[in-house]
Amino acid sequence: MMLESATIDWATIADEFPILSREIDGARLVYLDSGNTAQKPRRVIDAMSDFMRKSYAPINRSSYRIAGEATDAYESARAAVARLINAPAADEVVFTKNATEALNLVAQSWGRANLDSGDVVVLTEMEHHANIVPWHMLAAERGIELRWIRLTPDGQLDLTDLDNLLDGAKVLSFTAMSNVLGTLTPVSLLCERAHAAGALAVVDACQYVPHNVTDVQAWGADLVAFSSHKMCGPSGIGMLWGRMEILDAMPPFLGGGNMIDTVTFDGFTTAPVPAKFEAGTPPLVEAVGLGAAVEFLEDIGMAAIRQHEMVLTRYALDTLNERFGDDITIYGPDNVEVRGGVISFSFRDLHPHDVSQVLDERNVCVRAGHHCAKPLMKVLGVNATTRASVYLYNDNSDIDALADGLDGATDIFGF
Amino acid sequence: MPGLEDLYREIILDHYRTPRNRGELESPPAIRADGHNPLCGDEITVYLALDGTGDDAVVSDIKIGGQGCSISQSSASMMTQAMLGKPVGEVRALARRFKTMMGIEVDDEQQSDADIALGDLEALQGVVKFPVRIKCAVLSWNTLLQALDTP
Ligand SMILES: Cc1ncc(COP(=O)(O)O)c(C=O)c1O
Repeated sequence: MMLESATIDWATIADEFPILSREIDGARLVYLDSGNTAQKPRRVIDAMSDFMRKSYAPINRSSYRIAGEATDAYESARAAVARLINAPAADEVVFTKNATEALNLVAQSWGRANLDSGDVVVLTEMEHHANIVPWHMLAAERGIELRWIRLTPDGQLDLTDLDNLLDGAKVLSFTAMSNVLGTLTPVSLLCERAHAAGALAVVDACQYVPHNVTDVQAWGADLVAFSSHKMCGPSGIGMLWGRMEILDAMPPFLGGGNMIDTVTFDGFTTAPVPAKFEAGTPPLVEAVGLGAAVEFLEDIGMAAIRQHEMVLTRYALDTLNERFGDDITIYGPDNVEVRGGVISFSFRDLHPHDVSQVLDERNVCVRAGHHCAKPLMKVLGVNATTRASVYLYNDNSDIDALADGLDGATDIFGF
Repeated sequence: MPGLEDLYREIILDHYRTPRNRGELESPPAIRADGHNPLCGDEITVYLALDGTGDDAVVSDIKIGGQGCSISQSSASMMTQAMLGKPVGEVRALARRFKTMMGIEVDDEQQSDADIALGDLEALQGVVKFPVRIKCAVLSWNTLLQALDTP
């Protein structure tokens, strides 16, 4: 492999992902659904299997040697994640089940401790349900008020009214990159404005971390949620990073083993962060896989990955627009400086289910539906879109396969 | 792997391109029921006008509103054609027969259901080979049953 060299041979990257060499009915797999979940490199698969073969044991509880090895492996995954996002300390990284649980943790723990009837939480119209429903739940329970940052016609955040929206707000919780539009939001600026208004800045970085250089300190964020499975790691583990001062002041979320300092018949005291938020046996094997995924991404370099995806996204936007003209509507900004490789579109008046069905016949995997962003669908004036999303293992030929598949849809439905 | 020709039969495409009985009925007097597919966000509205009461009431008019994919739209379109003029008892029986064809278990299945002719609706049989699309095919049927159960 070429990973140590400065110029990367992208053609060989796909070889690291065993599933991408699978053929179905004699055709290769064209995986364009990484915004949903990313494929896994051999290194991650091997790390998990080696761990189970050699060092699998409980962590933090037993004195025998393999338990020590397992604890070290788990904690070194935490350190790897902290390094990836430039967190000041590994202990500020809390392992959860996924980004959804991380955001629920924020709403349930920070929210219940700090929000009451009439308090304001500001969200954006392009949030994933994972950053909407936990706040709706709190609104139903506590009577908090939700306000929404609206979108510009090209799918960016309309910040003209931001000061009014943030006036009196206690929380601003927003995505760093839309999972539908691909839009990259101005995270540092939003964190700064949130703080100026006295609000907590929560970032849903689920789509951002896997594809960009992330620096939570430069962002000035308070809490940041993301998922392993979108960054080449296994499913079943997610992360909440938070400034220690904030995590420290938050009450626990789930109660049970591992999160306590002591338990009596009368009550309990909590362990320090991060254990305070990691009740029960954690996703051990998954943490080891995640650690390997981080190392894999670091070896290639997040800046290089972002560069590769910018070029690929430009190619995709140009190819689709040139080949289909008015027959395709692509949502979100056209400028790849402010968007990632998530491309949602409407094709003729075909339903996304039909589009994705025809593409599947050619082994082109895309997502059709509302992408867990129903309020955003309403803003776009559609029920659903077709979404192709790229990652480091995709190249121009995958985009060509997508475009050829769309031609196939035209043939079947006869226009 | 089942081919797309099993799914997109000509008659299905025809009903998709030219859906029958689309529109609205004033409600009341017509019964209105809304259905949606939580997976994809498709929404469908069934407007049902009945002449008479109980199981002897006859479907005097039926209209479909909303949006959906070729499978849900063509299924709704063919359903309206099959239902027009039928007594409610037969409507329910046909719905049971259709859902059984889609591989869905119905609790009130009756022996005589097997004899019911599906006509054009047979074309939707291929959907069974594409399990994620079964929900699309039965969306309008469940919404119709919901309309019938509206007090
Ligand atoms: C922007 C965004 N936020 C949150 C989530 C939820 O992630 P998970 O399903 O891993 O909890 C997703 C994943 O679809 C997402 O794209």
